[in-house]
Amino acid sequence: MSESVSTFQNPAGTWSQAVYDVLRAEDVRLVPFVPDGGHRGLIERCQADPEMRAVTLTTEEEGVALAAGAWVGGVRSVLLMQSSGVGNCVNMLSLLKTCQMPFVTLVTMRGEWGEFNPWQVPMGQATPEVLRAMGVLVQRVDDPELLPGEVNAALRLAYSTYSPVAVLLSQKLLGAKTFGGSK
Amino acid sequence: MSAATLERRTVMAQLLEDRGRMLVVTGLGATAWDLASLSDSPQDFPLWGAMGGAAMFGLGLALAQPDRPVVVFTGDGELLMGLGALSTIATTRPSNLSIVVLDNERYGETGAQPTHTAAGVDLAGVARACGFERTTTVREMDGVPALRAELHAGGGPLLAVVKVALTADPMTLPPRDGTYLKNRMRAALLGPSAIYE
Repeated sequence: MSESVSTFQNPAGTWSQAVYDVLRAEDVRLVPFVPDGGHRGLIERCQADPEMRAVTLTTEEEGVALAAGAWVGGVRSVLLMQSSGVGNCVNMLSLLKTCQMPFVTLVTMRGEWGEFNPWQVPMGQATPEVLRAMGVLVQRVDDPELLPGEVNAALRLAYSTYSPVAVLLSQKLLGAKTFGGSK
Repeated sequence: MSAATLERRTVMAQLLEDRGRMLVVTGLGATAWDLASLSDSPQDFPLWGAMGGAAMFGLGLALAQPDRPVVVFTGDGELLMGLGALSTIATTRPSNLSIVVLDNERYGETGAQPTHTAAGVDLAGVARACGFERTTTVREMDGVPALRAELHAGGGPLLAVVKVALTADPMTLPPRDGTYLKNRMRAALLGPSAIYE
């Protein structure tokens, strides 16, 4: 598949079309995000779709509360953020657990495989534990070929069991340079 | 400036008179107890926690239910914790969302410590600078009917600061089970089948 949007900081971003297709098929209509290079292609696809609402946030915890309110009103969301943003969400995640709100976030990982910035390491390494500590179910994905199916499974898990689910897009997935090109 | 004299529950009661299809979200603490003293309805969602998130919860609800007025009642301390949300709401431009800050300039639940509004921070001014199309500050009861009309009018996000007295009101608790609040409102908005989704 070809990538019509920018692949800046996102050399393996060809997965974004397939993930976008999953979000459309599963009736996700609201996509709050704090930008990340890894999410760039997906963000641009959602912004280009008049039937989806991509909402730029100032901090990731806004997206947790936004998604909860939207779902009470009948609209599904997926929050896009980087692993550093998980730390900004911690107390707000209690809203999801307490109310048994279905919730899905796609988290692009930093601070692990091949990282060059030491400041990313503490939060990146703590991300899965922090999420689990707050009751969020964690699915880690290393293979871009498997990502669309993992996102689909996360949506089904979240909306069938009223659970918060995080899909972690590993730095290995984001940095993998062999995936992509035309098929 | 003279001390605020408005009674928070008297103001809220007038604002919610004949509220019709209006959905109400509150922040944690006093605004939740205020609402519970006046109303216990499927159209109410009082938060018990998630401090700083009430306005964004209201935004989500407003985007999902564009044909209903959505009003967030919250306190100055709660809103100050999530000021960035004002810029997110202003740029998202929901026509049906209003935020009413019952501003007593204190953290009322924890010993009445002054918030930054006591030192002059103007939340209506912050909202205006973020791009809110409608902002107002109410200091007298004669301003309340006009605000009530504004909550129903739509036409862009509204932020109203209502300067209220620091009062010790009887605590009236709303339902504390979040799953009940969630299911009750979803069934009211989406029909009974929403519970079986």
